[in-house]
Amino acid sequence: MSETKSSQVLKLENITMQFGGVVAINNLSLEVNQGEIVALIGPNGAGKTTAFNCITGVYEPTNGIVYFNGKPIVVNHPQGKMIKQYGGINGDMYVKQSPVAHTPDRITHMGIARTFQNIRLFKSQTAFENVLIGTHLRRTSNIFTATFHLNMKEEKANREKARNLLEIVGLSDEADELATSLPYGKQRRLEIARALATDPSLLLLDEPAAGMNPQETDELGEFIVDIKNRFNLTVFMIEHHMNLVMDISDRIYVLDFGKQIAEGTPEEIQKNPVVIAAYLGVDDE
Amino acid sequence: MNQKKSKTPMIVTLVLVAAIYVAVFIAEQTLPATSMLFTVLKKGAVYALVAVSMNLLNGFTGIFSLGQAGFMLVGAYVYGIFTIPVDQRASVYQYFDGGIVQFTVPVVVAMIMAGLAAAFFAFLIGLPVLRLKSDYLAIATLGFAEIIRAIFQWNGLGPVTNGSNMLRAFPNFNDFNIRDASGNTVVYLSTLIPFIIAGVCIALIMLLINSGYGRALKAVRDDEVAAEAMGINLAHHKRLAFCISSFFAGVGGAMLAMYQTTVQAKSFTSAMTYEILLIVVIGGIGSVTGSVFSSFLFVACSEWWLRFLDEKQLIGDFEVPLLRTGFRMVVFSVIIMIVVLFFRRGIMGDKELPDLLSRRNKTKGRAAK
Repeated sequence: MSETKSSQVLKLENITMQFGGVVAINNLSLEVNQGEIVALIGPNGAGKTTAFNCITGVYEPTNGIVYFNGKPIVVNHPQGKMIKQYGGINGDMYVKQSPVAHTPDRITHMGIARTFQNIRLFKSQTAFENVLIGTHLRRTSNIFTATFHLNMKEEKANREKARNLLEIVGLSDEADELATSLPYGKQRRLEIARALATDPSLLLLDEPAAGMNPQETDELGEFIVDIKNRFNLTVFMIEHHMNLVMDISDRIYVLDFGKQIAEGTPEEIQKNPVVIAAYLGVDDE
Repeated sequence: MNQKKSKTPMIVTLVLVAAIYVAVFIAEQTLPATSMLFTVLKKGAVYALVAVSMNLLNGFTGIFSLGQAGFMLVGAYVYGIFTIPVDQRASVYQYFDGGIVQFTVPVVVAMIMAGLAAAFFAFLIGLPVLRLKSDYLAIATLGFAEIIRAIFQWNGLGPVTNGSNMLRAFPNFNDFNIRDASGNTVVYLSTLIPFIIAGVCIALIMLLINSGYGRALKAVRDDEVAAEAMGINLAHHKRLAFCISSFFAGVGGAMLAMYQTTVQAKSFTSAMTYEILLIVVIGGIGSVTGSVFSSFLFVACSEWWLRFLDEKQLIGDFEVPLLRTGFRMVVFSVIIMIVVLFFRRGIMGDKELPDLLSRRNKTKGRAAK
């Protein structure tokens, strides 16, 4: 289980996330392979977004390891918190077991990009500028060359890239609109374009179809498959629209109350009694 | 900024700015040098630079810092210390045996040193302080400014800072005037030069704001979580903005020293920071044009146009009631309250001059939101 194959893009090992006494994720282990579309589903409050936040470094998990392309990017141990607190007394242990806590920006540099469940676009900027910000992290210019506009070549390339991405997500006409003035569905697409601008190899989508009507959802499904192939991506997504999940996912993980209750292909999940019970509730009688 | 935007508004703006410079130059040659206009223009230019530097931090990066007076103080002192002529030092540092700095550097070098010193202080302060958010950061930076003020008045540093005594005799704006051999001024430049210095600095800030880094700073302001998810290193970019803003505040401090012709630590109070904050708020948080415009307005009001309120005024035989020393500040406060209540986004909002001139109004969508 601990062996990481080269095709494994993302691997979570025994991730536990506690907030005080609340266990948001309990011992979650999962794998996402190169080129797959994997869905993470579960009822509200099951800990899906928390899992994303652990992967992207927003939260530091209480316990567990996240591997990206076989390398650990987030590591913590069961006593992690305790050792941190008492690090002053037992310095050696602290040094040995201190978590490899990458900040979210480092993790994005490595090639994991994400979108947000509650859309987080840069509200004072246009759609075009939003995408352009996504290109900033791959810059070669420094503050001086940028200020004196000596990096026109790079700037031009970035603008070209941003324009292309907007075209791919179908927002060319809205490029100069303020991001927050776009309709909901377009904002979600814009978030995806912005995430793609960071040149990811793994794309985390947090409820990309939330608030979309059935037709938009269908289009989104095709769109996700399309960008996956076009950019050679691996997609890991949280989604509530079961039609979309069943249509495009290669595999599905099901979470309930922070625990993984099922894993399998869409067909297996649909027939799984545990999953049905979690979603519909079971009659005790 | 946008790919399809026409260049005309930009050109019109540049022409306008050039026209202002020419007007300042002509006015200076024709009007008497003692005119109140020049006081306002000089001080306005200084405040414009400092306000824009504060706007870079508060308006464009979303870091609410109140340390501006502290960084100006550092800049003013560094400028003063390194430009007082050597033969004057004995009289300036009379209590400290002429001080320990016994050389001078050219004015331009001293101004850059002033900026660098302020930026260095900002870097040190920023290490702990930039971990804080909003109000806490404001309080910490305000505290820093007060501490700096106290340290510079400390007698132990007297050989360098002249303790609580003032620094004087360094080159000021009037030394930019070109004089002939007999000492008569031939070309007046004492207003144009501060305009040029402030203009160059503000242009640099604008270039930064419109670069990729500027976009990143705005991203940090709009949404820190999303910015970080876009691979923007928050600590790095905040530190960058803090140091750059302080650099220009330091240069502004040096200019203020030139304007005042003397420097004394006790004049760099937190009230000065509030004045600048006020300028930024009135001008519009996130608008460089607004900051520049409102700093001239502010200085003109407080130094010139409202002065009459402080003196007894007679209309015929009727003595206007209430007018006495200090009433100016009352009226001023009322004006500020009206601005804050009814023009909450300031004069310019977050628009710049070219935005106003361009026909396609980018902020239409903003209003609809």
